[in-house]
Amino acid sequence: MRSRPYPGLVAVAAAAALTATACTAQNEAQQKPKEKTALFKPGSDIGYQKYGKNYPATKVKDVPGSCSYESISRKDYSGQTLKIISHAVPVIGEPTQLHAKQFEEITGGKVEVVNVPFGELHQKILTPLQAGQPAYDVMFYPSLWIGDLAPYLAPVPEKYLNTTGMQDVTAAYMDVATWDGKVVQYPVDGDRHYLKIRADVLKDPKWQAQYKTATGKDLKVPTTWAEYQDIAEAFSGKDFDGDGKKNYGSAEVTKRDDLTFSAFISRAAPYVKNPDVKGGVFFDEETMKPLINTPGFVRALQDMVKAKSTWAPGGANFGLGDEIFSFGGGQTLMSYSWDDAFIQAQQPDSRIRNTVEAAPLPGSTEVYNRTTKSWDKKANQAAYFTWGWTSAVAKASSHQEMAFDYLCFFSNEANTALDLTIGRFGVNPYRISHFAPEFWEKQGWDKDVAKAYVDTLSGMEENPNRVFDLRVPGVNQYMSALANGVAAALAGQESPQRALDGVAGEWAKITNQIGKDKVRSAYRNVVALEDES
Amino acid sequence: MDGLRRHKSMFLLPGLLTLFLIIIFPLLFTIRVSFSGWNVSNPQMDFIGGANYTAMLDDSRFWSSITRLTLLAGGTVLIQYLIGFGMALLVWREARGRRFWRVLFLVPMMTTPVVMAAIWQTIFHESLGPVNDLLEMLGLTKIPWLTESGPALFALMTVEVWQWTPFMFLLLLAGLLSLPKEPFMAAAIDGAGTWRTFWKVTFPLMAPVSVAAVIIRLIEASKLSDSVYVLTSGGPGSSTETPGYYLYIQGLRDQQTGYSGAMSLTYLVLMIVTLTVVAALLTRALKLKGDS
Repeated sequence: MRSRPYPGLVAVAAAAALTATACTAQNEAQQKPKEKTALFKPGSDIGYQKYGKNYPATKVKDVPGSCSYESISRKDYSGQTLKIISHAVPVIGEPTQLHAKQFEEITGGKVEVVNVPFGELHQKILTPLQAGQPAYDVMFYPSLWIGDLAPYLAPVPEKYLNTTGMQDVTAAYMDVATWDGKVVQYPVDGDRHYLKIRADVLKDPKWQAQYKTATGKDLKVPTTWAEYQDIAEAFSGKDFDGDGKKNYGSAEVTKRDDLTFSAFISRAAPYVKNPDVKGGVFFDEETMKPLINTPGFVRALQDMVKAKSTWAPGGANFGLGDEIFSFGGGQTLMSYSWDDAFIQAQQPDSRIRNTVEAAPLPGSTEVYNRTTKSWDKKANQAAYFTWGWTSAVAKASSHQEMAFDYLCFFSNEANTALDLTIGRFGVNPYRISHFAPEFWEKQGWDKDVAKAYVDTLSGMEENPNRVFDLRVPGVNQYMSALANGVAAALAGQESPQRALDGVAGEWAKITNQIGKDKVRSAYRNVVALEDES
Repeated sequence: MDGLRRHKSMFLLPGLLTLFLIIIFPLLFTIRVSFSGWNVSNPQMDFIGGANYTAMLDDSRFWSSITRLTLLAGGTVLIQYLIGFGMALLVWREARGRRFWRVLFLVPMMTTPVVMAAIWQTIFHESLGPVNDLLEMLGLTKIPWLTESGPALFALMTVEVWQWTPFMFLLLLAGLLSLPKEPFMAAAIDGAGTWRTFWKVTFPLMAPVSVAAVIIRLIEASKLSDSVYVLTSGGPGSSTETPGYYLYIQGLRDQQTGYSGAMSLTYLVLMIVTLTVVAALLTRALKLKGDS
């Protein structure tokens, strides 16, 4: 009696398996897009206004090429769904959504975007990848996570590397996208820290005279952190723009869990990046002993603690958003971090538009030499390329072509030109063509402002003395420990030396936990970026 | 009869299964995880013995957060109890507008902690907040409420008291309304004044409810993390970190899954022991009968 249903069950199972196989085969076949008539003519006008009133009326021309509106609209992805994870709106999350909507409209495919807060992004991306689940086809994330994510990323295929947009990406950002010789991240943004100043104050003869009288020094764009401190102190608490409200000297990202580590590395860069010493600034490459508590870093933390007196109220707990609005809103004389605060200041409705200027990060008059264990007396400036948003396609994705087409569309010349002008998008110059002052002048920027901006950014590309982010597995742990040490010193809980000794101890533990060889191998990629530039 | 009993016991199964799935299984899983080296770069649950527990003993940030929370919870619950009792007595005796006051008092408790913390963040904002505006109007110096350790802890305590005093009020008012009338009538006949009636009749009669309310609030306060996240993010430095917030950083943000498992379990055990002892001490101090 029992033997009868058994063959029946086998038959049902076999039929189910065959059906599933057929469906899978069908899905695989669907990966390739069908061809359809283009919805755009070559060189069409592209604008975002139809997607909402909060988008600028600016229009740009679609640039011919395989990522253009015209080319992508020839592809028919109907029946396929692309899953994307990105940061919360607006920073990188908003352009992800906007371009997803456009991509859906012109290809017929479905694009689902999940936006998550920064604090959850790493975990939400990495956990499914480690579990072997292709939860997302496309991922947007900070480029310094490459050490954690590289094993799970699909290399960018040759045909996308040969597009006009990709060929125009600066050498530094192609390097950022590369891991062990393969381009695994798709560049969509270029981030660096630079100095932002209120030029209307620093270049005003009245203020220059007052400063000279008060300090005996010339008031000019600071070229060292010491000068930065002097100027910030002198102007803090004064109403230097005559709006009836007090202004302050410096705005910095100081909130422990909000990228404070980047601010600190900016301050440390000229003290620790010695152009005559190779081998990286964060670790001794041979022993993997942390260098984070060496004199250069300690000096930078001492500077940062001293700068507290120049911060606006609440400045000791400023997140990136606060820094953006403090400088971009005209409250503060100077700040240093990413483009956002500068772009905010240059928005058409900004009261300080065209009164600001960009300049390289302040430097130092001496730089620590970790080989001789002494300070080299020489002027030093170092460029800091700090993360930047990037994107990638999961190796396990079954929609790789659609995924790369989406990214190629996302970053096509027309879209990027428009995205660059919308400060809240977090998309900043990363192609050689973005360093043309004319582009920024067309946005209403004064000639001098545009020139100083592109000179500062492109100058960093040419600067051979550069610091990059740590970019090793467990980078968040390392940076979290660093931010905690910096925060403890800023809060007065510990002295800078003691705080950084604590960080070094934590870093050593993290390295042992992850594996010295694994971290060393990844760290060599960072050292190569710095030493071979 | 046996069959009926067995039949009835089957009705317990869904409950037991749910209990297993949502409490027992996660607890057993956490125990397993706490002995593993599972972290962001090593998603394997490889057994590493008690290494996480040894590391935890050395982690001053974890122990400081527990000490801080003990003071924070003890202080705020005491203040909540005093104010809540006062409010309950007021509404209990005051007939006019009683319903209005009850609803008004409950509003803070009905607000989502994250929303409430965001509102208080604005109130305590150093340059734009009304508290500092008021201080300035009075000719006093502005206080860095959220960026200096002392004021930040004070701000956190204020928010806790503001949000959870209504809970105390609600429980204590329910207790007051359920008190028998006879002892009060007897006290009135004996000529006892308001204070004497309170200390000799109301307070002792309210003791069981008081103990329950305090313990419930202490349990809740031990989980404090959402308002810390919004208000101070544990800063400045780590001076407002609570165990809940520190566990969030280690477990979810830094993905030190094994280590945070060890800390979670240790904290759970510490809380169970502490709260049991507190409950026993309060019961004894207030000379309550029976278990509480």
